[in-house]
Amino acid sequence: MSVGILGKKVGMTQLFDQKGNAVPVTIIQAGPCRVTQIKTVAKEGYAAIQLGFGAVGAATRVLKTKAVEGGESRRANKYLTLGQQGHLRKSGADLLRHLREYRVTDVSAYQLGQEINVTQFQEGEHVDVVSTSIGRGFAGNQKRNNFGRGPMAHGSKNHRAPGSIGAGTTPGRVFPGLRMAGRLGGKRTTAKKLMLFKIDSVNHLLLVKGTVPGKSGTLVSVVPAKVVGK
Amino acid sequence: MNATAIIQAVEAQYLRASALPQVYIGDTIRVGVKIIEGNKERTQPYEGIVISRRGSGINQAITVRKVFQGVGVERVFLLHSPKLESIKVVQRGKVRRAKLYYLRDRIGKSARIKQRFDRPLT
Repeated sequence: MSVGILGKKVGMTQLFDQKGNAVPVTIIQAGPCRVTQIKTVAKEGYAAIQLGFGAVGAATRVLKTKAVEGGESRRANKYLTLGQQGHLRKSGADLLRHLREYRVTDVSAYQLGQEINVTQFQEGEHVDVVSTSIGRGFAGNQKRNNFGRGPMAHGSKNHRAPGSIGAGTTPGRVFPGLRMAGRLGGKRTTAKKLMLFKIDSVNHLLLVKGTVPGKSGTLVSVVPAKVVGK
Repeated sequence: MNATAIIQAVEAQYLRASALPQVYIGDTIRVGVKIIEGNKERTQPYEGIVISRRGSGINQAITVRKVFQGVGVERVFLLHSPKLESIKVVQRGKVRRAKLYYLRDRIGKSARIKQRFDRPLT
């Protein structure tokens, strides 16, 4: 698996391909990312590239350390802990909000602080997009498990109820894995094999055909499509 | 750049370069539709009444209705689609509604639209 790229979902629109067909596309503002850490088999036990993405605001906070006599109190960036800031300083990168790791087989092609941008992809290539799906809260069986519903009228009081969840005394329990109401969405989801419709390397945009999980503004990770059995 | 500005900048590259004539609801228009048959490309005319207009920007579309061999036909055209080659206004129509869906229930004489002459054809 090669290194992907981190980005932000911008929104959707429809564009025209060469044949003139209208194509639904999702715009992703991807990168530029920085290599913030290189993990090797010798040191960490596995080979991976850690990428950082997303600018952090410049606001500072006062550190609760002992002030030097007469001197000003020490200040540091408000949004990241000192540990995070120290980690990022090693790669020489600016302060970055998001860090993600990509497993690679060979780390020799990457250097600390190297910029990763959309040019590593090609138009027409297939990619997987990983992000957090829209959270729908506690959802019933109709929405969560595509159940049907009961009749709404004619004296029926069974509208959105789940129905029977099993037999009685035998087995005397509900089988594990039975589909029921519960939390829906807000989970890491992968949209597989999306076609890269267009790449705009000037504005750091990736245009993929189809939908991407999550709301606009959510953090997405675009990786080359994983083909099973290859 | 905020999200709306980014989306509009992307769409701007796909908008039609040369403007089409102003089309109003109720107009009778002739649309040139690009058709690819095998390797050959030709333009097929389609004539009818504009009964609806929806969307904005790159999503702007019109619905054109005609009655062909006694069967009502409605086609939706995205105005910025490269498949739509040309639009020629045949006749301006005088209507009082933004959506002429009532034409679907009418046949013959009652499905006609009064012509108006105060708008130029181009």
